[in-house]
Amino acid sequence: MQVKLIDVTMKFNDVVAVYNLNITIESGKLVSLLGPSGCGKSTTLFLLAGLYKPNNGSIIFGDKKVNEIEPENREIGMVFQNYALYPHMSVLKNIMFPLNMQKVPKKEAEKRAKEMADLVRIGHLLARKPGQLSGGQQQRVAIARALVKQPKLLLLDEPLSNLDARLRLEMREEIRRIQQEVGITTIFVTHDQEEAMSISDQVLLLNDGQIQQYNHPQYLYNHPINIFVAKFMGNPPINILETMVDKEAKKLILTSNEQQMMIPNKLNIQTIQDEKIYLGIRPEELFITSLDEGALQGKITYVETIGRDTLIRAAIGDEPLRVIIPPDTKIKIGDLVGFGMKEDRIHIFDSTGRNISQQLT
Amino acid sequence: MNVHPTLKSTLKALLYLSPALMIIGVFNIYPIIKSFAMSFYSDYDYFNDVVYERGLDNFIYIMKDADFWLAMKNTFIFVIGVVPLSIIISLGIALLLNTNIYLRGFFRTIFFIPFVTSVVAVSIVWRWVFHTDYGLLNYFLGFFGVDPISWLTDPAWAMPSLIILSVWKGLGYNIIIFLAGLQNINKQYYLAAKVDGATAFYRFIHITIPLLSPTTFFISIVSIINSFKVFDEVFALFDRRPGPVNSALTVVYYIFDKFYVEWEFGIASAAAYVLFIVIFLFTLIQLYIGKRNVHY
Repeated sequence: MQVKLIDVTMKFNDVVAVYNLNITIESGKLVSLLGPSGCGKSTTLFLLAGLYKPNNGSIIFGDKKVNEIEPENREIGMVFQNYALYPHMSVLKNIMFPLNMQKVPKKEAEKRAKEMADLVRIGHLLARKPGQLSGGQQQRVAIARALVKQPKLLLLDEPLSNLDARLRLEMREEIRRIQQEVGITTIFVTHDQEEAMSISDQVLLLNDGQIQQYNHPQYLYNHPINIFVAKFMGNPPINILETMVDKEAKKLILTSNEQQMMIPNKLNIQTIQDEKIYLGIRPEELFITSLDEGALQGKITYVETIGRDTLIRAAIGDEPLRVIIPPDTKIKIGDLVGFGMKEDRIHIFDSTGRNISQQLT
Repeated sequence: MNVHPTLKSTLKALLYLSPALMIIGVFNIYPIIKSFAMSFYSDYDYFNDVVYERGLDNFIYIMKDADFWLAMKNTFIFVIGVVPLSIIISLGIALLLNTNIYLRGFFRTIFFIPFVTSVVAVSIVWRWVFHTDYGLLNYFLGFFGVDPISWLTDPAWAMPSLIILSVWKGLGYNIIIFLAGLQNINKQYYLAAKVDGATAFYRFIHITIPLLSPTTFFISIVSIINSFKVFDEVFALFDRRPGPVNSALTVVYYIFDKFYVEWEFGIASAAAYVLFIVIFLFTLIQLYIGKRNVHY
C-alpha cells in the first residue's frame, strides 16, 4: 500500500515536533526514518499509527485519508521499542491477540499464528511467557504479532536498540528477510545511520521535525543536500573545513590557520557568491601523499587500526582531519605529510550549509 | 559485606530491637498466647487469677450458642456485601481518576478523607444521613417516589446500612492502592493493544484486569480480613448496640460483649480463636486461588 503524507504538522503545546512533512512511500518498500534524538521520527511513526493525530495536513493510505481513523481500524502492525509483549499471555496468545480482536475463529487464528511463528522462527517457543525469552526472541514475537493480521503497513519503532551488537546485525537481516518475504510496506525508525543504510530502500532523514533529504541511502551518502546530511551519514564522519574563497588566486584558504588549499581545476569557484564556504570530504576519499603534492598539509596526531582499516587523525593547524588509509601505510604519530583528495568526491557547501557542488562543475 | 553473627553482634542487635519487641510483646504476642490459653479455661476465678479446670467447654458453649451463629451469619453477609462492592466501586473510581480529568488531585483527596477520619465521627454523620424522618438518604429516595426506610431501626435494613457505611469508608484506601496499581501498568501495552485492534472495552478486559490482578489480589485479601473484624462501625452506628434485635451482631461484637459486658473471658477467647481460624482458612483459599490466577 502506498502511504502519503501531505503538509503534516504536529505540535505538542508550543513545541513543533514535525513540520510540514511531504513524502510518498511506495508500496512494498522499506523506508527508514532516520535522525538524531528528538528530530520527530518517532512522532512521525506514531502519526502513521494513529496514536497521535496531526494538527495539520493529511495522512493518506492508498487513496483513503486516515487522519480521523483510530489505530485499531488502520490495518497496521507495529513493533514497539521495548516490544510491549503482553506479559501475562503466552507467545501463542500474544500472536493470536490481534486475530482474536478481529473475531477470527479460534482454530483459524491458531493456525495463522503458528504459521507466522514459523516464519519468524519461534515455532518452538509458543508455550512460553515473554519473560522467559531472550531479547532477540521477544523481538521475533513482536514482529509475528504485528504481521499476523496481515496489515497493509508495518511500523517498527527503533526495534533493534535494545539488542546487543551481534544480535542487532542478525535481527537486521531477519527484518529485511521477513519484510521481503511478506512484501509489506514497512517504516523503520532508527537513529543509527548504519542500520538505516543497510536495511532500507529509501531513507528519510529528519532534523528538528523537518525533512532534510529523502532518497536511496547511498544517494544520501554520495550526494548530501546539506552539511547536516553529510555529517549524519557515514562513520567516521565527514571532514568539514571552513574556508575563505580567494577568487583571484583560484584558491581556498582555511579560516583557522590560513593554509592555502589547492582545488581541482574543474571546480569553478568564480561563481561562488559567499566569502566563506565549507568544504566536505569523507575520510576514505583522502589519501596520504608527499608534502608538496598534497592539497593540504598536516601533522599526524593519532593512529588507530581497527580490523581492515586504519583510521588516522591529523591536525591541519588547529583543525582535526580524519583519514582512512590502507593499514600497510608506513606512518607514525608526529609525521608531517600531505593529504590528497579524490577530486570528484569533494562537496562544497555555501555559508548556509547547502550543497552547491553541482553548480560549480 | 558478609559478617558472621557473633554473640556480641546478636546482643547488640537485640538491644536495638528491644523497644519495638517489648511493645509488640506486651500488646500483641502476650495477648495472643494468653487468649489461646484462656479459651481453654472452663472454670476460672478472675479475681484471684486461679484456674480450677481446663477443657473444651468454652468451644462447646459457643457452638451451641444461637447468638454466636447469628454473629457468624451476619459477619459472612457483611463480608459478602462489602468486599465485592467495595472492590468494584473503588476500581471504577480509580479508573476515572486515572484518566486526564480536571482537579484530579482534589478528587483523590476527597475520596481519601473518609479513610483517615474517625469511625465515630463518620458514624454520627451517617446516623443523620440514615435518619428515617430527617435523613438525607430518605430525602433523595423521596424524589424517586420511595417511601421512607427505617434504615437504622428496621432489622431488615440495619445490615444494608452497615454495608453502605463500610463500603464508603473503605473506598479511599482501595482507590489509592488501585491507582498505584494502574499507574504501574506500562502505557505501551495500551498502545500495542490499540494497534492490535482492541477497543477500549477489550483493552480493559485483556490488559487492565490481568495486569492489575496482583493489586486486586492484595486488596481482596486485606478487605476480607478487615471485614471479618468489623466492630467499630457497628458500635458507633447503632449507638453501642448490635443493631435492632441483634440484626447487626458481628463476631467481634459478640467477642466484645462476652468479654467486657458479661466478663466471660474464656468464651470470648474461644470465639476469637474460631474467628481467627475462619479468617486463616479464607486467606489460605485466596492464596491458593491467587497463585493460580495472578501470574506474570
